[in-house]
Amino acid sequence: MTIEELQDIGKIEKEKQEGFKYRIHVCVAAGCLSSQSGLVKESLEKEVARRGLESWALVKGVGCLGLCTAGPMVAIEPDGLLYQCVSVSDASDIVEALGGSPVNRLDCSAHLPFFARQRKIVLENCGRVDPESIEDYIAEGGYEALYNALRTMTPAGVIEQITKSGLRGRGGAGFPTGLKWTAVSKAKSNVKFVICNADEGDPGAFMDRSVLESDPHRVLEGMAIAGLAVGANYGFIYVRSEYPLAVKRIRTAIARAERLGVLGRNIFNTTFSFDVTVRLGAGAFVCGEETALIASIEGRRGSPRPRPPFPSELGLWGYPTLINNVETFANVPPIIRKGGVWFASIGTEKSKGTKVFALAGRVNNTGLIEAPMGTTLREIVLDIGGGIIGDGKFKAILTGGPSGGCIPAQFLDMSMDYESLAQVGAIMGSGGLIVMDDSSCMVDVAKFFIEFCMSESCGKCVPCRVGTVQIHNLLKRITEGGGKPSDMEMLEELCDLVKNTSLCGLGQTAPNPVLSTMRYFTDEYRAHIEDRVCPAGTCHMKPTEESQ
Amino acid sequence: MDEKEVDRIRANEDRRWRLVNRTMRLHGHQPDALIETLHAVQESFGFLDTDSLKYVAESLRLPLSVVFGVATFYHFFTLKPPGDHTCVVCLGTACYIAGSSNILKTVEEQTGIKTGETTPDRKLSLLTARCMGSCGLAPVVVFDGEVHGKMSSASVLEKVGRLMNHDD
Repeated sequence: MTIEELQDIGKIEKEKQEGFKYRIHVCVAAGCLSSQSGLVKESLEKEVARRGLESWALVKGVGCLGLCTAGPMVAIEPDGLLYQCVSVSDASDIVEALGGSPVNRLDCSAHLPFFARQRKIVLENCGRVDPESIEDYIAEGGYEALYNALRTMTPAGVIEQITKSGLRGRGGAGFPTGLKWTAVSKAKSNVKFVICNADEGDPGAFMDRSVLESDPHRVLEGMAIAGLAVGANYGFIYVRSEYPLAVKRIRTAIARAERLGVLGRNIFNTTFSFDVTVRLGAGAFVCGEETALIASIEGRRGSPRPRPPFPSELGLWGYPTLINNVETFANVPPIIRKGGVWFASIGTEKSKGTKVFALAGRVNNTGLIEAPMGTTLREIVLDIGGGIIGDGKFKAILTGGPSGGCIPAQFLDMSMDYESLAQVGAIMGSGGLIVMDDSSCMVDVAKFFIEFCMSESCGKCVPCRVGTVQIHNLLKRITEGGGKPSDMEMLEELCDLVKNTSLCGLGQTAPNPVLSTMRYFTDEYRAHIEDRVCPAGTCHMKPTEESQ
Repeated sequence: MDEKEVDRIRANEDRRWRLVNRTMRLHGHQPDALIETLHAVQESFGFLDTDSLKYVAESLRLPLSVVFGVATFYHFFTLKPPGDHTCVVCLGTACYIAGSSNILKTVEEQTGIKTGETTPDRKLSLLTARCMGSCGLAPVVVFDGEVHGKMSSASVLEKVGRLMNHDD
């Protein structure tokens, strides 16, 4: 494969698609598929065929269009029309309306701020390319970054661009990606590995799933560039088994990329080889921790081990290993294509680029969004999210899943970046945002998260294994109406202990939701303990004598 | 498990073992194939029984304790045979806030079984999950692998009723 051949593939595909006067994009990511978008696509195809318009209109399955709550979504190109909640019976009207006035009852323009306020880098191809077609990805400039990295840049030059870009790990901790790559590239070993962490265990997060389902080649390209930069020839993608569609799409993508010669042996006629293998998770939240993930790929139980040594020195099977999140890898091709300086011009001083968020909970527009770092919470919840459902009132937003914290309304004007979030006791996490209104009881939410961490604790270290159980017992007692005045103090002490003495990220962050709700919603805890009332009315308080 | 049994399985007499054997072969019978192999066993048989754990341990030259440890560590693997149909209620954050715990409670009351159990007539298994990644459609319930979004207690009960009265 040469660059000319690659560009030819892209050109032919582009011409083929532009030959159609209209292109009907149907979202075939998991969210819309479960609202029957597969049938919608089929009926649109049938309708186009019935009218003999096959050479005039193209029906194409594309990745996530973003607004999951209004699925199945259909976009009409080149008009830029968006239809929401499309059903099978709407197919004939949609085809009929091509070239005329749009079908008003399906119009999605009411949600305009949702789309207008976003800036897409990672998701630039989502909703545009067919995730099962490599040609479509190439037509959008795909794999050119890999070619340039291989043929016109040195590995050190690639790492320099990544460092310059200021990209930080999107898995949660926000470690500078350039530093990580440098560490692995300096490790002396003939064998190195690149691992893509797609074990998106946070309940309420679906960024990685959507990226893998909508644009799998972008992740593969990012991994291959990483392999080239650090000197690794083998890659693993560790995906949750709960995401069967993402697994299927990434497997298809690997097979197509190998057939074209942009993965595998002698990529772009160089001596560089890079093989990618998919490994399935089996439902363990702790496997998102890098050392636990490595153990799981090795076929063992997912128990973390103390660091250092870091995986960059001693990783998979004892070899230096680079582990990054799906979104981090997805950011790599655009950085190589447009340069680190371009990427660094987006975002805030210390947090560069954009962040993909999965917006869910009690907001009107739930779905997948991407906004520059530094966007305020208010913009995300009220403008992009379209405000709270019904006449509820914004109460708190949870960032970072069970390891994150609840941010109350007084911080709505806070900028979303790594530092600001840490200041208010939350974390960026992988990007799941859950909005809560006044129907949610914060003590109950804290109990819910600690219950999650309790059942997901791998059991290796005592503070996490025992501490989370004790915290849960205390919270359970409080929500059942048996709380004692000393419980608050005891909770704080326990949380502090678990946070500071646990071995891995799971235990160290497990108390975050409890601590942040105690900090910002003290009154609610007090109401439960002193007045035995749940202000939100979710907890079933049974004031019993036996509670001790 | 005696040697004859192992030989019989190896000889691919049972069609379902083929997928399992193939998975192990693809990984060169290395110990790191364990999780992939257990996935294959569960896909073929629906659950992991003691004999298959023994067979996998022997084939990958791993102690049975290690195989058992892995099989019980990960939530995805089940050692109990599932019912004809499965109903998985998502208890992820978004679904929880949208009231999935009430859905679960109603189904438990209606069917008389608790989470992780199967009805006595083996028609339905009730399970819970931690986020299916379809949070935009919360609350989500998965029937026989098919994700259904924006569910309510009533719509879930109706579906459960249909699955339990379905004779095939």
